[in-house]
Amino acid sequence: MPNAVLDDIRLGLKDIWPAALAAAPIGLLFGALAAGKGLQPAEVFLMSLLVFAGGAQFAAIEIWTMPVPVFALVFSTLLINSRHILMGASIAPKLTGFSRVQTALGLYYMADENWALAEARARTRTLTPAYWLGMTVPFVCNWMLTSTLGSLVGAAFGDPRRIGADFAFTALFIALVASLWRGRVTFWTVAAAGGASALTYRFIGPPWHVAAGAMCGLAAAWLAAGRDLGAPSLAETRP
Amino acid sequence: MSVDSTTLLAILGMAAVTYFTRLAGLALAGRLSLSPRAQAAFDAIPPAVLVAVIAPSALATGWPETAAALVAAVAATRLPLLGVVAVGVLAVVGFRAL
Repeated sequence: MPNAVLDDIRLGLKDIWPAALAAAPIGLLFGALAAGKGLQPAEVFLMSLLVFAGGAQFAAIEIWTMPVPVFALVFSTLLINSRHILMGASIAPKLTGFSRVQTALGLYYMADENWALAEARARTRTLTPAYWLGMTVPFVCNWMLTSTLGSLVGAAFGDPRRIGADFAFTALFIALVASLWRGRVTFWTVAAAGGASALTYRFIGPPWHVAAGAMCGLAAAWLAAGRDLGAPSLAETRP
Repeated sequence: MSVDSTTLLAILGMAAVTYFTRLAGLALAGRLSLSPRAQAAFDAIPPAVLVAVIAPSALATGWPETAAALVAAVAATRLPLLGVVAVGVLAVVGFRAL
């Protein structure tokens, strides 16, 4: 293997390890919560290997019931992962050194963390498949191993409520929302999504609260942004 | 080691739509021109979805969960991800014990 390729793999590994370390306890927790909902370790392993999307996997476990609500799970996953569409649109022009197969394989495992690192790398250097490989392979392995381990150990823990573990993903999502905060528009988004979701959950029932809350949140963002911009789009559409 | 067939179907469906979202950006690249308002709504997708998912647990379970969610929200203004999770979990355990 040429030295440049090995160097890029090594650099990717060096850049990803702090993110992998931070994701390890989250993986253990995911496995434990999944085991609490009755998923087998093999099922947890398969989900982490094939879906590989932390937020969507936590959300899936939250709405997981018996019988398995396949449509609700797929729909919730699509909604939560729709952010990937913009992430992909942003990284696509930077994948010039990738073959079609490398692009297709590389994007399969595009998560928030390796995407953000790749964007940062692309600002100063050409993004190489070797760098992407060096980041992504250890990150994916880490998620698969810690989540599967969590499902094996978590089952022995018993009721996750006892240690408050059932609340961990709620706190995790609150932290993620805070990291996405953009001021007033986000405030109205969160208020509308939270209110609509809780009311829908109470009076109509799951899984509709996800779609109802998300749509009200988007509508609130659209309205709040209009005020910020002095509603130019309304003025322009007037005949 | 066992895999239930309905569970497998759910996992494959989740994997398929996730891969779709990861590939769809390729087709959009360079062609995406949203109005500022539509852009704001698109940017709001992640927080809107995340909040819609946790609202029942945070707002429609009981006062200990709602109080712990508020504590976690305050913690989120200062602490990194794992710190917020630790504070939120400790808070809910504490409030439930009251």
